[in-house]
Amino acid sequence: MSAILEVEGVRVRYRVKPALRALLEGGSEAFIDAVAGVSLTIGEGETFGLVGESGSGKTTLARSIMGLLRPREGSIRFRGRELVGIGPRALKAFRREVGAMFQDPVGSLSPRLTVRSLLSEPFRIHGLRERDLQGEVRRLLRMVGLSDEFASRYPHQLSGGQARRIGVARALALGPKLVIADEPTAGLDVSVQGEVLNLLHRLQQELGISILAISHNLNVVRHITDRLGVMYLGRLVEQGPTDAIFEEPRHPYTLALLSANPHPDPDAVADRLELSGEIPSPMERPSGCEFHPRCPFVQARCRESHPGIEGMERGHAFRCFYPVGG
Amino acid sequence: MRRGAKGAVLEVRALSVEFSTARGPLKALRNVDLDVPAGSVVGVVGESGSGKSTLAGAVMRLLAENTRITAGEVRFEGRDLLRASNAEMRAIRGERISMVFQDPMTSLNPVLSIGTQMVDIQYRRDRSREEKNARAVEMLRRVGIPDAERRMAHYPHQFSGGMRQRVAIAMALETEPALLIADEPTTALDATLEVQIIHRLKDLQRSEGCAILFISHHLGVIAELCDYVVVMYGGEVVERGTVRDIFHRPGHPYTEKLLECDPARIADRSRDLPTIPGDVPDLVALPRGCVFAPRCAKAVDVCGRDAPPDVWLEEGHEAKCHLAAKAGGGAASGFEGGAASGAGPRAGAGAASGTAAESGAGEGAGAGTRTASGGAPA
Amino acid sequence: MAVTTTAAATPALENLGAWTAFRRSIGRVVREPLGALGLFMVVLIVGSAIGADWLAPFDPNKIDIRAKLEPPSVEHLLGTDQLGRDIFSRVLVGGQIALKVSLVAIGAALAVGLVLGLIAGFGPRWLDHGLVLLFDTVRSFPTVMFALALITLLGPSLETVVVVVVVTQIPIYARMVRTQTLALRSAEFIMAERVMGAGFFRILAVHILPNVIGPLLILASMDIPFVITIEAGLSFLGMGVRPPTPSWGTILNDGYSFLYNTPWPAIAGGLPVIITTLGFTFLGESLRDVFDPKLRKDV
Repeated sequence: MSAILEVEGVRVRYRVKPALRALLEGGSEAFIDAVAGVSLTIGEGETFGLVGESGSGKTTLARSIMGLLRPREGSIRFRGRELVGIGPRALKAFRREVGAMFQDPVGSLSPRLTVRSLLSEPFRIHGLRERDLQGEVRRLLRMVGLSDEFASRYPHQLSGGQARRIGVARALALGPKLVIADEPTAGLDVSVQGEVLNLLHRLQQELGISILAISHNLNVVRHITDRLGVMYLGRLVEQGPTDAIFEEPRHPYTLALLSANPHPDPDAVADRLELSGEIPSPMERPSGCEFHPRCPFVQARCRESHPGIEGMERGHAFRCFYPVGG
Repeated sequence: MRRGAKGAVLEVRALSVEFSTARGPLKALRNVDLDVPAGSVVGVVGESGSGKSTLAGAVMRLLAENTRITAGEVRFEGRDLLRASNAEMRAIRGERISMVFQDPMTSLNPVLSIGTQMVDIQYRRDRSREEKNARAVEMLRRVGIPDAERRMAHYPHQFSGGMRQRVAIAMALETEPALLIADEPTTALDATLEVQIIHRLKDLQRSEGCAILFISHHLGVIAELCDYVVVMYGGEVVERGTVRDIFHRPGHPYTEKLLECDPARIADRSRDLPTIPGDVPDLVALPRGCVFAPRCAKAVDVCGRDAPPDVWLEEGHEAKCHLAAKAGGGAASGFEGGAASGAGPRAGAGAASGTAAESGAGEGAGAGTRTASGGAPA
Repeated sequence: MAVTTTAAATPALENLGAWTAFRRSIGRVVREPLGALGLFMVVLIVGSAIGADWLAPFDPNKIDIRAKLEPPSVEHLLGTDQLGRDIFSRVLVGGQIALKVSLVAIGAALAVGLVLGLIAGFGPRWLDHGLVLLFDTVRSFPTVMFALALITLLGPSLETVVVVVVVTQIPIYARMVRTQTLALRSAEFIMAERVMGAGFFRILAVHILPNVIGPLLILASMDIPFVITIEAGLSFLGMGVRPPTPSWGTILNDGYSFLYNTPWPAIAGGLPVIITTLGFTFLGESLRDVFDPKLRKDV
C-alpha cells in the first residue's frame, strides 16, 4: 500500500498577541501551537480516523491539510508532491483531487444555491464546462441515493441526512483520491448516522478513495476506520490500527477516552478511568508530557521530560513513559 | 412509570401542543402522558423532531408565540401549571422548577459575574448578603468547581464549556427545586467532560433529593443516569418504562431500532451499520394509523389504519404498538380503584386513547387494582 | 444502502424560467395586503411618471396669469398655481424628475457601495481598516451641511442633488454589505467552496453576493422616497431643480406661500411624496420576504 498523504512534523501556530501589540505593551509575541508536531501517513484506499476532544487540534490539522491554514513547520505531501508553500495554481490542482466535508450538514452548503447549482459548482470551479452538467447532477444524485427532484431544492429544504448526502456528492464530484471528512455524522440523528456512514463506505469501495475522518465520536470511528490517531493538545499521543487501539489502548488518555463513552446499557459495569479537569489551554502548555496534570498514573518523570514515541509494535505507537496494559 | 407510589412531582396528562404554520397546524405533541416521581431521574429520549424539547417548554410554559396548548394538564406539586397565572409561574420557575440548557452561555448573563448572578437568584430568600454568598460558594464547590471563592468574581466567558455547565447546574440547584429540567445538558461537551457532569448530576440528585427530567438523544447518557425512560417519536410517547425495561426489553419497534442503530451497542466492528430508512413524519399531515408505521419494518395492515393503543407489557412498562398487543401485552383500558393519591387514575384524562393505567406495586391496598382487558400481563 | 430517497414529502419545484420566477415573486408580494398596496402605489407613481408626457393635459410650464390659483376643477384636476400653470401636469412631470434623480442616485450609490463593501468585508484587513475609516469620515458630515457645501461648490442643479445623494449613501450601503460579508466570511459553506478551489471573485459573486443583495435591494427601495424628499427639500429651499422645471419640491414651495388661502398647490406637491414613501416602504418590506428563500411562507 503506497501512501497517498504523508504528514510530517506539522506545526500550526496561531498568533494570540500580534507583534505590534507585544511591542507596545511590552512582553513578547504570544503564540499558541494548535498543532504541535504531528506526523501521520494515510495509505491508498485506507480510512484514517483522527479523534480528540475540542481543543485537541484535530480540526486545525485537517484545515492545514486542506490548504486553508499554512503550517509553520513540517511537510504535507500528497501523492509525493509537497503542499506546504505551493502557489495558488498548484493548490487549485490539488483541490481537484481532494474532497472535503464540513461539520454542519446544512450550513456547509451555500444557502442561496439550489442542489443543482451546488452539485455543478465543482465542475464550474475547475472549468469543466464542456461536461454535461445536467447529466453530472443526475449522476451525483443517484450516486448518493437521492431522486432527481432534489435538484431544485434549497439547502434549508433538506433534512440533515439529505444535506449530508449532498455534501458527500459534492466532495466526490470530481473523482478525488482523498476525502477529508470533518465530523461526518455531526448533527445527525442516530437513525440517520448509519445511512451516511454506509454510503461513504460503499463509495469508498467503489471508487477506491482514501478517507481522513475527523471525529470526537469513538463509536463512529471504530466502525469506519482502518487506522486511528488520538490527539491531545496538538499532538498525536497514540496511533495505530483501529482494532489494536480499541482492544489494547496504551496511552492513559486513549483509555480514558474509550471508557468515557457512556454505554447504552444500564447494567454495564462502568469500569471507568475518569479524568479530572479539562484539556488545558495551549497557551499554558504543561511541562513534560502534556497529559500529566490529568493523568491518573503520573510519575515524576512525566512532569519533567516530554515522551517521544516510546513504543511501537505492529504500527501501534504511543507517547507515554508508563503505558497502560501491554 | 409508576404513579402515586412516592407521589409524582410532575404529572403530564394528555398534553397536546400545536404550532401554527403556513401549511396548517403542526401537531408537535399529541396526547403525551408523563410522570416524574419525586426524587427520581426520568429520561426523555428521542431524535430531532420528536417533540422532547417542546415537552420541556410546555412544562415551563416557555413556548414560542405561535404555539398553542390544545389539551391536557401539567400538574406540578398538585397544581395545574397550564392554568396558573403568569405571576404564579414566575414564582415557580427557578424556584421550584429549574432548568439547565444545552448551551450554558445562553442561560448565564455575560455582563455579570458568576457570584453576582448566584447571589441574585436568592433574592426571595431571607438571608444576609454573607449567607447568600456562602451558599453560592458552597454550591459551586458541590458541582466541582475548584477554587470556588475566587471564581465567584469571574464572568461566564472566563469559564470553559464544562465549567460553565457546572455553574449553570449550581445555579439551577441553588434554590433547592423539586424538579430540575435538563435539556440536552451534555450535548455540547466532550466525552470526558460529559461523564464528569453526569456523575456530578447524579450525586447532586441523590444528596439534594430533587427529581430530574432529563432530555437527551444520547442513549448512553440516558442509560447511565436515568431511573425511568420515556421514548418519544413524532410528537408521541411511544414507549415508557424503567431504564432496564427500555434497554433490555424494548417493546416498541422504534425503541428497538433506535438501540440497534447506536454504534456504541454494536459489539463487532461493522462496516454495514443499521439504519431506520425513511424520514421523520410530517407533523402537519400525519400518517394514518401508527406514526412510526411508514418506517417500521414490522408494520402490518392494521398499523397503517388504526392508531395503536398503549399496551401494557409489564409493571410500569408500556408501548404504543399494535404488535405488542398481539404479542401478549394487554391493550389496557384500565381503571384504578380508590384514588388514593393526588395523582389520580390516568384513565380520566387519557381513556380515549386506550391508555393503560397501573398503580405502583407494593403499595397499600388502597392504592388500587388494575384491570386489564384484551390480554393478561405476561 | 440502495434505497433512493424521494422528495415526496414536499412538492418538488420545477426548474423555473426567469419569467416564471418573476411572476411567482410578484404573486408572493401581492398575497400580502400591504405588499399589494405598496405595489399598486409604486406602479401608479412610476406609470404616471413614465407616461407623463402623454398624460399631462397641459404644458407644465405654460403660464396663464388669468387662471392663477384656480381650485381643482374638471379642466385642472389639481387646480393651478400662482402663475396659472396646471398643477396636475406639473406633478406628473415632476414625478419624472423625482424618479430619475432617485433611480440614478440610488443605483450609483448601490453599485459603488456594494463593491466597496465586498472588498472591505472579504479583502485583506488593512484595506478593510482604510475603507471603514473613509466611510466613517464621510458619514460624520451632516447630510444637510454636506449638501449645502456641495451646492456652493457646484451650483444648484439636478446633477448636484444626485452627487449629494450618491456620496452620502455609499458609506451606508458599503457598511451594510461589509458587515454581512464579514459574517459570511468564516461560514462553513464559504470554507467548503474555498477547499473546492473556488477563487476570490467566484466566492464573492456566486456565494456572498446573493446573500447580501436581497437586504441591500430592500434598503435601496426604501431609500428611494428618502432621495425624493431630499430632492424635494433642496428644491423647496431653492437649491435643487431650477425653475421653471417642475419638481415636487418646487410645487410644494410655490404652494407654501399661498397655503392659507389656497391649500391645493401644497397638497398636490406633498401627496405624491407621501404616496411614494409609503409605496416603496411597503413594497420593500414584502420584497424582503420574497428574496429570502427561508422566509418564504409557501415552501
